[in-house]
Amino acid sequence: MVPELGHFTLILAFCLSVILGTLPIIGAARGNILWMNFARPLTAGVFVFLSVSLIILAYAFVTDDFSVQFVAQHSNTLLPTRYKLTAVWGGHEGSFLLWTFMLAGWMLTVSIFSKSMPLDFVARVLGVLGFLCAGYTLFMLATSNPFDRVLPLAPADGADLNSALQDFGFIIHPPTLYMGYVGFSVVFAFAIAALLSGKLDAAWARWSRPWANVAWAILTIGIALGSWWAYYELGWGGWWAWDPVENPPLITWLLGTALIHSMAVTEKRGIFKSWTVLLAILAFAGSLLGTFITRSGLLTSVHAFASDPTRGVYILGFIILTVGGSLTLYAFRAPLIRNNSGFAMISREVALLANNILLVVASASILLGTLFPMVFQAITDELISIGPPYFNAIFVPLMGILVLLLGIGPVCRWKSTSVSFLVQRLWLIAAASIVLGVVLPLLITTKFSWSVTIGISLALWITFSIVRDILSKIANKANKLKGLTGLPAGYLGMQLAHFGVAVMVVGVCLTSNFSTEKSVLLGPGQTIDLGDYDFVFNGTIPITGPNYVGDQAIIVVSHNGEYLRDLNPEKRIYIASNSPSTEMAIDSGLFRDLFVTLGERRDGGAWSMTIYVKPFIRWIWLGSIFMALGGVTAAADRRYRRLRLKSNEAVGKQGALSSKLQTVT
Amino acid sequence: MSRLKFFAPVIGFLVLGVLLWRGLYLNSRDLPSVLINKPLPEFQLEDVYDNHLVGKQDLPDEMFLLNVWGSYCLPCLVEHPTLIRLSEENIIPIVGINYKDEQDAALDWLDTNGDPFSFSIMDVQGRLGIDLGVYGAPETFLIDKNGLIRYRHVSVIDEQAWKEIFVPAIEALKLEGS
Repeated sequence: MVPELGHFTLILAFCLSVILGTLPIIGAARGNILWMNFARPLTAGVFVFLSVSLIILAYAFVTDDFSVQFVAQHSNTLLPTRYKLTAVWGGHEGSFLLWTFMLAGWMLTVSIFSKSMPLDFVARVLGVLGFLCAGYTLFMLATSNPFDRVLPLAPADGADLNSALQDFGFIIHPPTLYMGYVGFSVVFAFAIAALLSGKLDAAWARWSRPWANVAWAILTIGIALGSWWAYYELGWGGWWAWDPVENPPLITWLLGTALIHSMAVTEKRGIFKSWTVLLAILAFAGSLLGTFITRSGLLTSVHAFASDPTRGVYILGFIILTVGGSLTLYAFRAPLIRNNSGFAMISREVALLANNILLVVASASILLGTLFPMVFQAITDELISIGPPYFNAIFVPLMGILVLLLGIGPVCRWKSTSVSFLVQRLWLIAAASIVLGVVLPLLITTKFSWSVTIGISLALWITFSIVRDILSKIANKANKLKGLTGLPAGYLGMQLAHFGVAVMVVGVCLTSNFSTEKSVLLGPGQTIDLGDYDFVFNGTIPITGPNYVGDQAIIVVSHNGEYLRDLNPEKRIYIASNSPSTEMAIDSGLFRDLFVTLGERRDGGAWSMTIYVKPFIRWIWLGSIFMALGGVTAAADRRYRRLRLKSNEAVGKQGALSSKLQTVT
Repeated sequence: MSRLKFFAPVIGFLVLGVLLWRGLYLNSRDLPSVLINKPLPEFQLEDVYDNHLVGKQDLPDEMFLLNVWGSYCLPCLVEHPTLIRLSEENIIPIVGINYKDEQDAALDWLDTNGDPFSFSIMDVQGRLGIDLGVYGAPETFLIDKNGLIRYRHVSVIDEQAWKEIFVPAIEALKLEGS
């Protein structure tokens, strides 16, 4: 009975979403205040019913209700409770419910934190989000209902959650990634609301900027968590594989990065307006494409859910309706947008334009590489394959140029900057970063490597440029610390995120160039050394977990002869599915990770194992954390909280344009 | 003209949409008809362990699986336990194609995860992969005792795929005596 209640609340959520997706939008077009006022209560209703659905699905998991097909496929009585709860997103149906719930959560947040925006704008934003929500809930009800029963013969026990998913990373990675992904729906809804209203002024950019920053920050963390999880769970020591399903979040992230930069120009200078709208639509399209690729079975990958063509057709139809529809709307409205100021060849506008071009080209290349095998087959009926070499060859140089520009852009002034000013500001920094980029790596290793030198130089270049810029900003303040904290949060957030890029560049560069590994067969008592580290294998002991059995190795690690710690990698067999799983042991540190994976047992108690030393790998994720913190800091800027006054002014200024637009419609 | 350029995004998007739509029905898991029931292409490539040249004549005379793998390939780890089981229980011989990989990484991978393959052919350039129309690792071909390609499976062979796809296909081939 309880699962049917969940199914019923899902239907109610769908019904409310349909009303939310239509009534307030029509109300806004006709100036009907009552209809517009329905938007907030309807949003709350959708959120409540979707929450109930999600809780009921979780309840079915916790109570081992294997008459629910989704539970029977993804859980087992032996599964620990925390994984029973999170198995909710261990498969297609439940994870889509989580996705839709995340959307409802964003909708509720928008409806609460939008008091300063005009009612018609809020009604349109929530209406567009309600329309998306209606599409998602209908998709679930029609093709992927998580509450479907297997009756009358319910299985006695479930098939168990995939053993690779029984891990802490699985608890946090999907929700964070979805939250970031879906956050771009909010920015999309703002853009569509602006297009519908015809008021494509700087105000919409100011309203949506904090939302875009927060969504971008969460997506950054979501992707970084995925990378970190793959690193320690999958046991191959890699942190990025250009997997077809890793790529769409990256595409969305790159477009989102372009968007938050373009929004800055639109808000501050009133130009790039139509471009910003287009980017908001494209970032949203990227997030839908990610869903499509994982859930349609179009491409095969570790992430792919069980495929079903009807699902693919539905999602593709939905993408064509929403993205195609909004691009058509854009095509009719964009020509009416007037940009009201110009800029010189060397200016911050041009620097940000270059940023946008590089990011969009990078995302287009990744999209091409991801879809090319399929598209090529569609056209020629021949098959080809594309691997990491393609992605690295295109992505790395583009990002190199981007990072180079990153040191210059923030120093440039709006409208126009003189070359002599830039040279005066930057020549010393440039020289210092090149010299240190050559010298510093030689302190660690005797081998000169171009890629290391370039990577370190670029990271230093960004860092020095940030420090130089901040120093010049507080130069004439009496109290330097007060001067620093007195800088606008938007500015500090930007510099923090840019510093995150520098940290990540160091991590990527040093990990890629200086990682070492050894695969060995060790009998009990034998020792292997890697760099300054010695690893003594002291045999294995049998272990028993709640739903698995296995062996745990005892490996004593010492550094330059001094005892460091024990590492205990495991080899587990999950009982319900009889599937093996390897648990690595990692000693993590700011400057290096030690990483041991256990292979196969051989004769005489010997085991094959692989030992890795990965310098600076933590910096990749540390950089992501800085970027995300920067995004959140920028979103907390005081000026977004003084919206009401300013936005009213802006609307007043744009009045003439919007009345002109209204006559067109 | 200045207004028409704003239609470029929607037109570009619709072209992509049509391609994706076709892609849905292509089902890249099925072999294009040109290669099914055709003999395997000729090749002369090195063995992953000792670099001696292997060719078509070294392949098993009975029915076998030809599995495309790589040390970089995450899904390969998912299917690996199944391949190990098939080889340990002597159910069917498996020949590996180590696809666009580095030899050291491949050897480490086999050492760490176990080696279910009778032998592995190193296809560093991806030449054999192109002749076979390989889409990426993992991918598995079912070859009959006459050396003809009878089935191609793109994606992971886990226990479910083995039971539901390969076992029936192999039974059918045994019945027709090939």
